[in-house]
Amino acid sequence: MTAIQQRFETLRQQQSCALMPFLMAGDPDLEATAASLLALEASGADLIELGIPYSDPLADGPVIQAAASRALASHTTPARVLAMLSSLKGQLTIPVVLFTYSNPLLNKGMEAFCLEAAAAGAAGLVVPDLPLEEGEKLSAIAASHGLDLVLLVAPTTPAERMARIHAASRGFTYLVSVTGVTGVRTTLQERVGPLVQQLKAQGGTPVAVGFGIATPEQARRVRDWGADGAIVGSALVKAMAEAHAAGQPVAAAAGRFCAELRQGLDQP
Amino acid sequence: MVSAVSGALGQGQSSEGAATALAPQVRPTAAGRFGRFGGQYVPETLMPALAELEAAAAEAWADPAFTARLDHLLANYVGRATPLYEAERLTAHYARPEGGPRIWLKREDLNHTGAHKINNALGQALLALRMGKQRIIAETGAGQHGVATATVCARFGLECVIYMGAEDMRRQALNVFRMRLLGATVQPVTAGTATLKDATSEAIRDWVTNVETTHYILGSVAGPHPYPMLVRDFHACIGKEAKAQCQEAFGRLPDVLVACVGGGSNAMGLFHPFVQDTSVRLVGVEAAGEGVASGRHAATITEGRIGVLHGAMSLLLQDSEGQVQEAHSISAGLDYPGVGPEHSYLREIGRADYVAVTDQQALDALRLVSELEGIIPALETAHAFAALESLCPTLAPGTEVVLNLSGRGDKDVNTVADKLGASLGGLGS
Repeated sequence: MTAIQQRFETLRQQQSCALMPFLMAGDPDLEATAASLLALEASGADLIELGIPYSDPLADGPVIQAAASRALASHTTPARVLAMLSSLKGQLTIPVVLFTYSNPLLNKGMEAFCLEAAAAGAAGLVVPDLPLEEGEKLSAIAASHGLDLVLLVAPTTPAERMARIHAASRGFTYLVSVTGVTGVRTTLQERVGPLVQQLKAQGGTPVAVGFGIATPEQARRVRDWGADGAIVGSALVKAMAEAHAAGQPVAAAAGRFCAELRQGLDQP
Repeated sequence: MVSAVSGALGQGQSSEGAATALAPQVRPTAAGRFGRFGGQYVPETLMPALAELEAAAAEAWADPAFTARLDHLLANYVGRATPLYEAERLTAHYARPEGGPRIWLKREDLNHTGAHKINNALGQALLALRMGKQRIIAETGAGQHGVATATVCARFGLECVIYMGAEDMRRQALNVFRMRLLGATVQPVTAGTATLKDATSEAIRDWVTNVETTHYILGSVAGPHPYPMLVRDFHACIGKEAKAQCQEAFGRLPDVLVACVGGGSNAMGLFHPFVQDTSVRLVGVEAAGEGVASGRHAATITEGRIGVLHGAMSLLLQDSEGQVQEAHSISAGLDYPGVGPEHSYLREIGRADYVAVTDQQALDALRLVSELEGIIPALETAHAFAALESLCPTLAPGTEVVLNLSGRGDKDVNTVADKLGASLGGLGS
């Protein structure tokens, strides 16, 4: 069992929905990211999605684009992100899934990237511009290093294709809750609820919902649809950026934001 | 002569349908690969739309009603076939005592809207109508693709949003106004370098969001499959006409084809029908900006490494960490750090050669062609002309060269005046 599978199994036994915050590594710098990762774990996060900044993030809205730009401006590289992650061994115990676009990964080479990511303690990969067809080779390489390659399904994905992606996804299946890029939405599309059920009916891999979830209420809604996890990205990134702009420590802001979500998710 | 060729094409070849007429070697694989290049590196949200587009295009090419309508509009709205024009004074300019190459110009600048871009915009607009999509988005660099898209959207009553880098809007103010006059919304993009790369990313983000109601008219032979094939096939009329016109003019295939390459659509449109005629040399000309050694250039094939940008694996200007680098060119249309995957493939298998010329060389060529032929080419096209300087002295007398005159230079007059103005007495005098 991989670290991600173990985590979801534990949560299943506790009948708890995973809280999965996303943050951009290196925004505003990697020291702040390291402190934030620990604060998120202490505040009730179950898994963390850690973004590796990229110059051309096609699947991201303005908030995460801006975070990536700030991270690149602070000279964040994949190697430095992994070194930071490695330095948290023994302190950070929840699984970390690296969120990276194809090009930085292919630039390093799939084999070398997976080897180093696994050595740094990462548990999985999400590559938002690598659909099923392009992901097969990477999935095998990742698995050989004990990494889960998480695949995404979208509201536009036809049922037959959704079943194939769900079967091929490792760790969990990432259900994109909107037709659109990452970013805070005021309402969640109701058609996502049935999709959660449709995926769950097909078998064991947990289903986490992301893109557009910003508030404790929205996270609860996702839980009530039957999802195994709720991913919260832009809202957290925005809260951290606002704290930084106000001269406050971002890790404390991340912790506070996460704790509120946790509280929301744990309400009946 | 030209009208006879046009008539023959109108009746026969151009209605044949490029997608069904292609030999296997020039077709991408089912996964959209040309060799190791191409593919579909996009968010899952778009995958069904790409499949729908590929299927719609295949059905359209097989539908005589579609090809007849396309041919009719190409002839009567766009103004095809464009002439193949013998550039006599340019030929004389490069002649040596023993003779020299003969230079022919494929006059895409005479198309409606002043460049080749409308061939593809028109074809894709007809596809969008078939698919029932009423909203059109597009990216643009120099503004030529944006103007062509805004034009066909006006023609068919489609809603039109054009994404354009703020820096390019400044450089191409005339085209911005033309798009607005045609009823399009021009959406400035300030992210990143505020040029074509960022406008393309923003157009893709719009498409991810509105994919169920919107068709994305991608303007080059770049992007995820099926776009490189789709855009190429709509531009293949350039090469098909040229082939027939060469036969008419001098009774055989040309020896050398020359075209500028940013994303590579005009070059691929000219090259494509000749790819399997291996006696025909294919030369693509990239933008070397301030010089390849300066680091400020857009010479993707010359200097790039394999990578993924905007949904396709191809050669790419990137740093050691895989971050996409800023491209530089005086020409907004060539100012792109990527290139169409089929160009990378043609280069890799040795079928096509690619060279790079600087901003200054392009400006010199623009002036030369203006003075010798009475044609002001677009700055993009001026790069192709600039390559003749080093190419022509190597060509035997009697070599037949066809250069794709991909667009006219009206849109660039302000930029050129900034650079050459002083030597010509400035804009005001």
